[in-house]
Amino acid sequence: MAKTIEGLYYSESHEYVKVEGEYGYIGITDFAQEQLGNVVYVDTPDEDDEVTAGETFGAVESVKAASDLISPVSGTVVEVNEALEDQPELVNEDAFANWIIKVKLSDPSELDALMDAAAYAEICH
Amino acid sequence: MADKRTCLYEKHLVAGAKMVPFGGFEMPLQYSGITDEHNAVRQSCGIFDVSHMGEVRISGPQAEALVQHLFTNDIAGAPVGKIFYGMMLYPHGGTVDDLLVYKEGETDFFLVINAANIDKDVAWMQQNAAGFDATVDNLSDVYGQIAIQGPKSEAVMLEALGIDGSDLAFYTFKKVEAQGETLIVSRTGYTGEDGFEIYGSHAFTQAAWDKLMSHADVKPCGLGCRDTLRFEVGLPLYGDELSEEITPIMAGLGMFVKPDKGDFIGRDAVVKQKAEGPAQKIVGIELASAAIPRHGYEVMADGKVIGSVTTGYRSISTGKSVCMALIDATYAPLGTAVQVCIHRKTHDGTVIKKRFYDKHYKK
Repeated sequence: MAKTIEGLYYSESHEYVKVEGEYGYIGITDFAQEQLGNVVYVDTPDEDDEVTAGETFGAVESVKAASDLISPVSGTVVEVNEALEDQPELVNEDAFANWIIKVKLSDPSELDALMDAAAYAEICH
Repeated sequence: MADKRTCLYEKHLVAGAKMVPFGGFEMPLQYSGITDEHNAVRQSCGIFDVSHMGEVRISGPQAEALVQHLFTNDIAGAPVGKIFYGMMLYPHGGTVDDLLVYKEGETDFFLVINAANIDKDVAWMQQNAAGFDATVDNLSDVYGQIAIQGPKSEAVMLEALGIDGSDLAFYTFKKVEAQGETLIVSRTGYTGEDGFEIYGSHAFTQAAWDKLMSHADVKPCGLGCRDTLRFEVGLPLYGDELSEEITPIMAGLGMFVKPDKGDFIGRDAVVKQKAEGPAQKIVGIELASAAIPRHGYEVMADGKVIGSVTTGYRSISTGKSVCMALIDATYAPLGTAVQVCIHRKTHDGTVIKKRFYDKHYKK
């Protein structure tokens, strides 16, 4: 059973946003990492790149396939989780602790369109 | 049309396999995970349900002549028990399928073909059998097949099934009587490791699977790691490195094409291509970055597209990002600098030999 964490925002394409002040940490959910299997590469944007809600900002790759990462929110990338470059498997070990990018939110009202943990758990099966 | 199921379908579900469609069948992609299963085959022993593969028997006074007419390799004068790898070609040199030919007797040959090509291949064989005193029987629904692969395969097969493979050389087979039927047991595989393939009835295949699964050194393996294993040792997959458009010469498999044996379908085209040099070739490419090249991604050089990736992975055994690609032959020499387009960026790579990991066959 995949876990969810209260207080995070979730998208239908299985990304989460953890909000801290004006910043959002974006990663993939525990359910997503379970479905993917062994993650062997995470393709990330660069710092200062703009991301847009609903659009691709990178990819997470298992042995077999690449899955696009869809940004749940819009903003500017202020940090990329560099640990994933050498240890992409951290996503499998703890998807919620190992976020992929940190974004300065440009429109926090976009969070209203995302799901809470209970609603997200409903679509994970 | 719904995908077919092999005789081991229920066992895959019980073992927790993730099932996917492949070649018209519902097949296990993985059980414990592709990386884990891949390593099991390289280091110990894995078993694969390969019952989806097709089997055809060609028999009759002119069976050998028909096989020679259809097949690129030369089986003339071979001893009973010998196996040949090769292709069937269209007259223009493109590939109908790649296959194994088992010589069962002077007038009997057992052919093993790809699942996705069964209907096409059987029609091709029957159509081209006109004028030959030989019969072509499609036995694909009769036989189940299990591949036992990895360095511990010989011990596992003996301990779990009581079948001794120690007397079999690589690419040979024998017939074994068991449970009132005749099995075909060959020292073959598609992983680059030592191993065996066993062809028998559905009932035998089901019972053998259970016995193998209860052996401590055995891990069930899916098509996911079958692909990563064959890829690392540079073995082609029909549809990726061989196709109606890709000849064995383009794929670097000319050693399995024997024009000197006499006429066969496609001979003139491949002789001409071999002499002139093909316009495109399948090469290996190693990337400098960790990005992963995938089937269909564009390959560039000198600022233009020169081909595309046919299979690519982060090699599980070496950790390197490598691929096979069909590219303009001008850029095929080893050491040529190329780029692969991955996620809207280009990544630098170098043409290398398309054997990314050494085979460990027992000769």
